[in-house]
Amino acid sequence: MRRAPLTLWIGAALTGVFALAAVLSLLWTPYDVTAMNIGARLQAPNAQHWFGTDHFGRDVLSMIMVGARISIAVAVVAVGMGMVLGVPLGLLAAANRGGLVDEVIMRGNDLIFAFPALVIAILITAVFGPSAVNAIIAIGIFNTPVFARVARGGALSLWTLDYIRAAEVSGKGKLRISAEHILPNIANLLIVQGTIQFSLGILAEAALSYVGLGAQPPMPSWGRMLAEAQTMISFAPHLAILPGLAIVLTVLGLNLMGDGLRDSLDPKLRRAR
Amino acid sequence: MLRRLKIGLAVLALVATPALAQRTDISVGMVLEPPNLDPTSGAAAAIREVTYSNIFEGLTRFGPDGSILPGLAHGWDVSDDGLTYTFPLREGVQFHDGTPFSAEDVVFSLERARAEDSTNAQKQLFAAIETVTALDPLTVEVTLSQPQGAFLFNMAWGDAVIMSPASVASNATNPVGSGAFRFLRWVQGDRLELERNPDYWGEAPALERATFRFISDPSAAFAAMMAGDVDAFPNFPAPESLAQFEADPRFNVIVGSTEGETILSMNHQNPALADIRVRQAISHAINRQDIIDGAMFGYGTPIGSHFAPHHPDYLDLTANSPHDPEAARALLAEAGQEGLTLRLMLPPPTYARRGGEIVAAQLRAVGIATEITNLEWAQWLEQVFRGHDFDLTIISHTEPMDIGIYARDEYYFQYDSADMKAIMAELEVTSDPEARTALLHRAQRHIAEDFVVAFLFQLAKTGVANADIEGLWENAPVPANDLTGVRWAR
Repeated sequence: MRRAPLTLWIGAALTGVFALAAVLSLLWTPYDVTAMNIGARLQAPNAQHWFGTDHFGRDVLSMIMVGARISIAVAVVAVGMGMVLGVPLGLLAAANRGGLVDEVIMRGNDLIFAFPALVIAILITAVFGPSAVNAIIAIGIFNTPVFARVARGGALSLWTLDYIRAAEVSGKGKLRISAEHILPNIANLLIVQGTIQFSLGILAEAALSYVGLGAQPPMPSWGRMLAEAQTMISFAPHLAILPGLAIVLTVLGLNLMGDGLRDSLDPKLRRAR
Repeated sequence: MLRRLKIGLAVLALVATPALAQRTDISVGMVLEPPNLDPTSGAAAAIREVTYSNIFEGLTRFGPDGSILPGLAHGWDVSDDGLTYTFPLREGVQFHDGTPFSAEDVVFSLERARAEDSTNAQKQLFAAIETVTALDPLTVEVTLSQPQGAFLFNMAWGDAVIMSPASVASNATNPVGSGAFRFLRWVQGDRLELERNPDYWGEAPALERATFRFISDPSAAFAAMMAGDVDAFPNFPAPESLAQFEADPRFNVIVGSTEGETILSMNHQNPALADIRVRQAISHAINRQDIIDGAMFGYGTPIGSHFAPHHPDYLDLTANSPHDPEAARALLAEAGQEGLTLRLMLPPPTYARRGGEIVAAQLRAVGIATEITNLEWAQWLEQVFRGHDFDLTIISHTEPMDIGIYARDEYYFQYDSADMKAIMAELEVTSDPEARTALLHRAQRHIAEDFVVAFLFQLAKTGVANADIEGLWENAPVPANDLTGVRWAR
C-alpha cells in the first residue's frame, strides 16, 4: 500500500484534535461554558483552569472547546451548502458547455464572486439580525460559485473522454451521465476543494463573529473571544493568544490536510510518482 | 568645549521655543454619536455632550461641581412669594449667524419648549411656567403657577437652552447658538468639528478648534488614545485599560461621578413584566457587585433606586433587592413564569454590552432565558426608546434629578402608577426643603418597592486625557463636555 504524504498526517492530527475537542464538548467540558464567576476573573493559566479565565471568570478551555464546535459546525454546514448548490450547477453548466445555460450559470457565479463576501454578510445580518444561522447562509452563498467552478472545470475535461462519449452514444441523457459518470470521477477534486473551503469557512466564521455578526453571546466563539480580548491584551495576553492559536492551528491543519489529500488523490500526481 | 555646548544648547532652545507653543486644538472621543444636534428636541445625552455650553447656552448653566451659575442671564431676582423670576440679560450677545440676542429669543425658546406640541424631551422642566414676558430687550420676567425650588436648576439643563427663531428649524443639522464655539462641520459616523466663536460675549476660550470623534469600539478607543489621535476621552469605554493609562505619564485618568443611574429596564407592556413578582424575581436574580466588577472593572456604585448616591437626598435602598436567587426562583414559581424567555436589547456602551452578558447569566441561573440582541445606537433609539419594542434593556439615565420619568406613563418603559404621579405632582408644588426631601425619599422607596426596573449601579465617569490638558470636568452633573475652560498646559 502506498504511503500517504506526511502533510496529510500532520494536518489530520491537528484537525482531529479540534474535531475531538468539539465532539467532547457535546458531552463534557471542564466547566459550564456559560457560568460566570466574577471573583475568579482574569486568571492566568493554572492548575484549576488550564487555559485561565476570561473577564467574566469563565473557563477559557471550555470556551475554546465549545468554540471549536461552533466554528466546525458553521464551516461544515456552510461548505455543505456550497457543495449542494454549487456542484449541480457546475455539472449542469459543463453538460451544456458553450450553451446559454452554461453562460447564465457561470456569469451568475462571476457576479457573486465580484461582491466582497463580508459586505454581503453584513447585509444579510443587517436584514435578518446577527446569528450563527445567518453566518452560515452568508458563508454558504460564497462557497457556491467556488464549487460550481471546480465541478465545471473537472467535468469539462471528462466530457471529452471516450467512455463518456460511449455513454452518450448508448443513449444516456446528459443529467444521467453527469450523475453516474462525471460526479464520481471529480469527487477527489471536490474533496480537496472542500477541505480548503472548510478552512476558509472557519476563518470566515471567526471574522464574522469578530465584528459581532456571528454566533451571539452567550454562545462562545473564537472570533468574539479575540475581539473581547483586545483591550485586555496588556494584562491578560492568554485571552487573545489561545483562541488565536486555536484558529491558526485549525486552519493550518485543514490546509495541510487539503494539500496531502490532493497529493494522494489527484490521479495526475499519482501517475507522476 | 563645554561652553560651546552650552551656547549651542541655548541657541537650540531659542530656536525650538516656537515649536513648543501651546496647542489650541483638541480632539475629544465620544462613544455615542448624537442622532441630531438640537438639544431641545431629542433625549439622547450625546446631543448635549456636544452642544452644552459649547454651542448653546441657557439662562443659567451648570458649573463643573453641579452648582448653578449665571448664563445668558447675568443674575436673577426672585420675588418674595417665589412666583416671579426676573432675569437681566447680558448685553452685546449675538448668535453665530449674526442675529442679535434679546429678551424676545428667551420668550420664544421657553414658549416653544412648553408648548402643547413641543418635542422637548424634558417638558416637565417647563411645567411650572405660567407666563414669559420680555419687559425690555434685556430683561425677561417668568412667572410660575406655583413656587418651584428647582426652577433655576431646570433652566440650566441642556434642554432649556435659548435659540434664535431665525435658525431654530435647522438646528438639528446646523446648530446656531450663542456659545463660545460655533459649529463647523459634521461628518456623520466619524467626527464633528467646532471652531472658536470670535464674537463670543464672554471670555474667549483657549481652544481654537475642537473635534469630537465618535468611537464606540473599546479597542479602537484604546488605540486612538494611545496613538494620540484623540486627546481626551471623557467617558472611556474600556475601564480595564484605565490602570494602564494611569501608569503612563502621558495620560491623566479622571474618575468622577455622573448622574447616570444604570438600570436593567423592563417593558411594562409585556404581560410577564407587568407582574410585580416577576420584576421582583429579576431584581433578586441580579448581583450588582458582579456586574460592576465584571463589566466596569470595579468602577461604579450599587444603587437600589433611581437616585444619585452623591445627592444629599439619596437613600441607600440596595438592601431592598439583595442578590437572592432562591427568592427569585420562588417568586417566578408563584407567578407561574418558569421557563420565561425575554428579549434583552443592548445599546453599544460597554456597561450595556458586557453588563448584558452578566445579567443574562444571572437570569439564566434563576431560570429566565434571554435572547440578546446588540443594537447600534440609532437602532436602539428607534426601536427601544421610541418604538417601545423590547422586553429588557440596559441603559444609563444620565440626566440629573430624573426620578420624574417614573411618573410618565408614555416614557419608554411605560410604568403607569397613580401613586408615583401623585408624589411627583406634590413635589412640583412643594418648596419647603424638608418636605421636598421627604417626598424624594418617598419616590425613591416607591419605585424600589414596586421593583419598577432592576436598579444596577451609578455610572462612574471614567475619563482619560492627555496629561497636558487642563480644565476638563471631573464629574458630570449633566451630560456635557464643556470645553470653554479647557486649555493645554504645555
